[in-house]
Amino acid sequence: MNCRSEVLEVTVEARQVEEAMLALLHTILLHRSSGKFHYKKEGTYSIGTVGTLDIDCDFIDFTFVRVSSEELDRVIRKAVSEFKDALSSDGMGQISLEFYQKKKSRWPFSDECIPWEVWSIKVNVVNLANEQERQICREKVGEKLGEKVINVVEVINRHEYLPKMPTQSDVDNVFDTSLKDVQPYLYKITYQITDSLGTSVSTTMRRLIKDTLAL
Amino acid sequence: MDSGLSPQDKKDLDKFIKFFALKTVQVIVQARLGEKIGTRSSSSPTGSDWFNLAIKDIPEVTHEAKKALAGQLPGIGRSMCVEISLKTSEGDSMELETWCLEMNEKCDKDIKVSYTVYNRLSVLLKSLLAITRVTPAYKLSRKQGHDYVILYRIYFGEVQLNGLGEGFQMVRVGVVGTPVGTVTLTCAYRTNLAFMSNRQFERSAPIMGIIVDHFVDPPGGGPRPVNMGHPCNYRAPDEDDGGQYAGVQDSQEVCTTSFSTSPPSQVLHAGKDHGGVVPVPGQPPHGADAHPTAENAANTPGKRRRRRRRDEGRRSASPSDPVVSLNAFTRKIGAFVNKPNVTASSLDLPFAAFAPRGLDLEENDPMVQPPDSPTCPSPLQASLHSQGSEGSGQQDDFVMVDFRPAFSKDDLLPMDLGTFYREFQNPPQLASLSLHISAQSMADDLDSLPEKLAVYEKNIDEFDAFVDMLQ
Repeated sequence: MNCRSEVLEVTVEARQVEEAMLALLHTILLHRSSGKFHYKKEGTYSIGTVGTLDIDCDFIDFTFVRVSSEELDRVIRKAVSEFKDALSSDGMGQISLEFYQKKKSRWPFSDECIPWEVWSIKVNVVNLANEQERQICREKVGEKLGEKVINVVEVINRHEYLPKMPTQSDVDNVFDTSLKDVQPYLYKITYQITDSLGTSVSTTMRRLIKDTLAL
Repeated sequence: MDSGLSPQDKKDLDKFIKFFALKTVQVIVQARLGEKIGTRSSSSPTGSDWFNLAIKDIPEVTHEAKKALAGQLPGIGRSMCVEISLKTSEGDSMELETWCLEMNEKCDKDIKVSYTVYNRLSVLLKSLLAITRVTPAYKLSRKQGHDYVILYRIYFGEVQLNGLGEGFQMVRVGVVGTPVGTVTLTCAYRTNLAFMSNRQFERSAPIMGIIVDHFVDPPGGGPRPVNMGHPCNYRAPDEDDGGQYAGVQDSQEVCTTSFSTSPPSQVLHAGKDHGGVVPVPGQPPHGADAHPTAENAANTPGKRRRRRRRDEGRRSASPSDPVVSLNAFTRKIGAFVNKPNVTASSLDLPFAAFAPRGLDLEENDPMVQPPDSPTCPSPLQASLHSQGSEGSGQQDDFVMVDFRPAFSKDDLLPMDLGTFYREFQNPPQLASLSLHISAQSMADDLDSLPEKLAVYEKNIDEFDAFVDMLQ
């Protein structure tokens, strides 16, 4: 199928990178996470409950909602933290959240990973000279993130392709069942850093979730 | 238009839409309570959470929503609206946003009710959770308290947006197609926050400039709103498991994906200590069909005033026994120090310590009459020299009053400002600066000087050699 691709762009100060990324990634994952499936006999299943949590940002005038799952939050924070460390103080980078499905292949071929939705968040880091500018930046970035959340919601509510609900045997090809309280669609996070000259000097593709190419 | 829709599906769809409407109202109102909301995920389905989302039910809000719906469902031409407004402590109010749950004629006949519609409604609720934190009213609601409060009003029927001022913006949260129509959830929000809507207000000065202030005090006291709907704050007993069941108990399970049964209403603990939303008499600005605000006027506005002020200043304690105070002042009084023996005519005088003193005090003020000292090699030593007499001698003439420094809090802590001040206002003098010791050493030095000179003269050769070495 065709993979849906969405690009979001933000310009932030260095200290805002982490929270801005968390806000957007968590907003997307909120919509792409389900409760845990519990399969019963007769091919039916029941779905667990997803809780939500309001998170206030410290460096941005913004509050976002994330899924109430500490495990998931840890994974996302780790990925964002690595991305932030790789970004220089006034560089550009892009972090991508890709949802995919696994398609089992016969031996000797390994499983295919077929993305069905990719969110790319382009980040432009700026340096600000004084406190007044930083205060303005706090508010402006908050407003921008609000616009991005509206964009995300708009895309998701088009209700375009979603993988079919899997049978019990197939659930691991569609969902990430490793967490104990929620069940997001299978996803992986990768990032790229561009240096300040705009050339992609090191396209660091780091696989931060190990599902994809494993046999 | 339920051709092709089985009775079971129709029944399910109605149920979904009804509970979706109720949950929508809960999400919106809870997002305007002024506090962060948090619920827990649960891996094992309890069968009590609609749309697989943990959204608590505030009973009053459910009650208001059901009253507004009056047994009907949102349909074509019948929208359910939640109006959020702001009301200042002076009584001025302003609509901030209107959330509308509408249904239009566009049907999606092929969609599976029990599964796809349900899941899409769940996604739509998640979107609502996200969007409610993004509109401008969210920030205002987080800062509500002293100066203003946030109210909500639910009505059913035609959407009314005239109260939002010019240039209001619309954001679409999402749509879900169903076999009987398309469910649409939108929000229209005011952008012109500096503009007070022109209602019958006496005040012409705009107040919004003060309210939209990032440094509004944290939530505290304030008069309760009299009209314009219900305050967005609520506190119920702190229990997670629902107490009363206000909701309809419908224990039907849907097949294939076992959908939850109707959830019991859960009591929410969030919100300020308002102690319950009480319907107040009011004149809604628009002639809405439903009058959720016009209810029994049992609670008058006066009664509605709840003091939500935190314990800011504690009452000052009565001054301690003068005898105790007397004992506290048996110290040398250094220079530059306010004398503690001040007579206060009234104990209530907060600045008693600074009250004008009698003339007799001036006699003993070291600043006015420097104490005598034997030799004063330097002015510094004179000023540091403590008064010869102890403080106790003078204290006989005056009544000791407990020294209460201005702006200090009550003496509940072991070391409050007053005690600290008292203890450290009479520090003992530094030994090295003590006059008689330095005088003594000076005298000794002078006496031993001839002997030292003799010794140095004897060793003059050594000194010369040393100096040569250095050069």
